[in-house]
Amino acid sequence: MLSTREKELIAEIWGRLTPVAEDIGAEALLRMFATEPGSKTYFSHLDISPSSAHLRSHGKKIVLAIAEGAKDISQLAVTLGPLQTLHAYQLRIDPTNFKFFSHCMLVTLAAHMRNDFTPVAHAAMDKYLSAFAAVLAEKFR
Amino acid sequence: MVEWTDFERATIVDIFSKMQYEVVGPAALARCLIVYPWTQRYFGNFGNLYNAAAISGNPMVAKHGTTILHGLDRAVKNMDDIKSTYAELSVLHSEKLHVDPDNFKLLSDCLTIVVAAQLGKEFTGKVQAAFQKFLAVVVSSLGRQYH
Repeated sequence: MLSTREKELIAEIWGRLTPVAEDIGAEALLRMFATEPGSKTYFSHLDISPSSAHLRSHGKKIVLAIAEGAKDISQLAVTLGPLQTLHAYQLRIDPTNFKFFSHCMLVTLAAHMRNDFTPVAHAAMDKYLSAFAAVLAEKFR
Repeated sequence: MVEWTDFERATIVDIFSKMQYEVVGPAALARCLIVYPWTQRYFGNFGNLYNAAAISGNPMVAKHGTTILHGLDRAVKNMDDIKSTYAELSVLHSEKLHVDPDNFKLLSDCLTIVVAAQLGKEFTGKVQAAFQKFLAVVVSSLGRQYH
């Protein structure tokens, strides 16, 4: 359950991070690959070495989708419709990986925002990313 | 027995040697109580846990957070046998405190984030992996004596 203030905070944070979407996205992915090697199996078709163009462009895509969803959280199911279909029928990523990625995104935010990543911001962001992942997995079965 | 690479050992020792236990411990426990409010169930006698500000300023939370981190120290000094280092504590958490072991993972995630915020860029993916592996062993050992 997200309060109005939390939704504002989430939208504000992602608004600020959109210009560095590539950096944030790539870092979160790299953190996930380092801590959960199984997640790399979904990327055998891409070059996921640090600073690779594939990694940065993929990271950017993910962050921009998260930022877009943050603009109107009540509409997540609508905003994510096409991505839901993509993940369910084509990508078929085991949803535990969404949890791993979300955690690594939180770590990335902490490393970048330092003390600005307050417990309140952390709680709001964790809730948002969990909701995002849940909506993304809705069409899986 | 857990196998540690030289990098992992050095990383864990390094992180803990530079850590301010009285800052990181309280911050991690407070964060856990704020981000995962149901964990407050174990702290009924800690007084005011009504909101984030109250939790962050609560002296009992601070004291306990510091205690927890000093407890982690024992694992840092005994990385080759964390399981037996925590056998007693595991029994305590199970038989006396009745803590659901899933909570250990929640606290360890919060600790990771506090350390990430402290170290910034230095907390690379490789360092994070070593830190999380260490905490996973701790968490597993603490849950080991439950039955």
